[in-house]
Amino acid sequence: MANYSTNEFKGGLKVMLDGDPCSIVENELVKPGKGQAFSRVKLRNLITGRVWERTFKSGESLEGADVMDLEMEYLYSDGDMWHFMKTDGSFEQYAVEKKALGDTAKWLKEQVAYTVTLWNDNAISVTPPNFIELEVVETDPGLKGDTAQGGSKPATLSSGAVVRVPLFINQGEVLKIDTRSGEYVSRA
Amino acid sequence: MTTDWRPTASLETLRERARLLGEVRAFFAERDVLEVETPVLGHGGSTDVHLASLSLTATTPAGQERLWLQTSPEFHMKRLLAAGSGPIFQLARSFRDGEVGSRHNIEFTMLEWYRPGFSLDGMIGETTALIRAVLGPELGNETGPLRRRRYRELFREALGFDPFTVELDALRRIAGERGGLDMEDAPRDDCLDLLMSLVIEPGLGREGLDVVVDYPATQAALARHHRDPEDGAWVASRFEVYLAGLELANGYDELTDVEEQRARFAEDNAARKRLGLTEVDIDRRLLAALEHGMPSGSGVALGMDRLIQLALDRASVAEVMAFATPSC
Repeated sequence: MANYSTNEFKGGLKVMLDGDPCSIVENELVKPGKGQAFSRVKLRNLITGRVWERTFKSGESLEGADVMDLEMEYLYSDGDMWHFMKTDGSFEQYAVEKKALGDTAKWLKEQVAYTVTLWNDNAISVTPPNFIELEVVETDPGLKGDTAQGGSKPATLSSGAVVRVPLFINQGEVLKIDTRSGEYVSRA
Repeated sequence: MTTDWRPTASLETLRERARLLGEVRAFFAERDVLEVETPVLGHGGSTDVHLASLSLTATTPAGQERLWLQTSPEFHMKRLLAAGSGPIFQLARSFRDGEVGSRHNIEFTMLEWYRPGFSLDGMIGETTALIRAVLGPELGNETGPLRRRRYRELFREALGFDPFTVELDALRRIAGERGGLDMEDAPRDDCLDLLMSLVIEPGLGREGLDVVVDYPATQAALARHHRDPEDGAWVASRFEVYLAGLELANGYDELTDVEEQRARFAEDNAARKRLGLTEVDIDRRLLAALEHGMPSGSGVALGMDRLIQLALDRASVAEVMAFATPSC
């Protein structure tokens, strides 16, 4: 991979830091008076998801990371691995470990497209679509007439996630959920 | 994908910008400071190791010549002073390669002015008045009384050591820890610069205008030096004005000694060579002007785009420029 110097750092650039692939979130030039210039860089570690803040001398460089985001459809799990297939018509499949799947495990639904991040052709993370439609498999019976306001209750969805829903929602209904906040949006 | 051709500043902001530039001109007109325009190109450039000059090749009567884009209008303005111009100011396009960010743009507007006969204190007073005039009565008054902070004191308060006497090894260790990077081979001033940027600067100018004085003698290329009454250490006759964590202006009691100036140019170029940086042609005409004699006095360089940014409460300099470098 190519090396990138601090003046090429920009949001979204994928680089290697301490052996892990990272995505640059922000790069700010700091330079006092006529003094030495430094870059204050925020990077998201793509393996752990943690954001690091580091300082680099101007002109220092980092090795690029071979990272790609690909759209893939969820197929099935065999218990150990979760299997996804590229949506580009190649039918190429990738097996994802539990660790890489992370919190996305609770938003899985067959035939839905997810963004799978590959590093050196291995899946390191899976991002769900912002909104997903899932069926309620368990919740307290709905309260008739209560469609306006007030109160919420937990509901378990077909993917295993538990979200707060309005009291009028019944078992078997399909709901639109915002996966970023884990909040109920509407009936689908 | 469509090419983004639109300005980085709104048209409303550009109208406000024009009004603020008018305030600057009115401020100096009232004080009988002459507005001048000098070339952005010169046969000599800034040798400062921390400034990256842009250069180009031009066809002139002398043939193909390398000319430098100014990093500030200082050299040409000093030649005017030596020619007897009296007090002068300029809103000058200046260029610093590689400097792009929320506070930087490769091409930017420097407000620079010179006051023959002014002491550094007199210049601090005028700089503060100018900043308040541009910020307007509301913001200008909010900035409260001016606080004067000595460079040494700032380090003692924020970091618990004296930047002039601290051992280099200890300084490198502290800078490395604070910045999260390797400073093992870094020169003294680079360590101090890092700590200034990361630890001290963000807190400056939060309760009003802060003026930092008495910089290390090594951190002011074109300023005179004087002794710190505390222990006789050499300090630079230089000040910096900060507001809201932003460095706004840099003032010097200007160096007028031609031999000293020649020596500092040579030292800079020697350092450039050592660091593998391009050596910059020195400005022989500036040296000749100093040889002729330049009246002593003070000068200030102020980042006009940053001041406009603060006056209009915008998040970056790009938002107060018609077309910031990435969009030019």
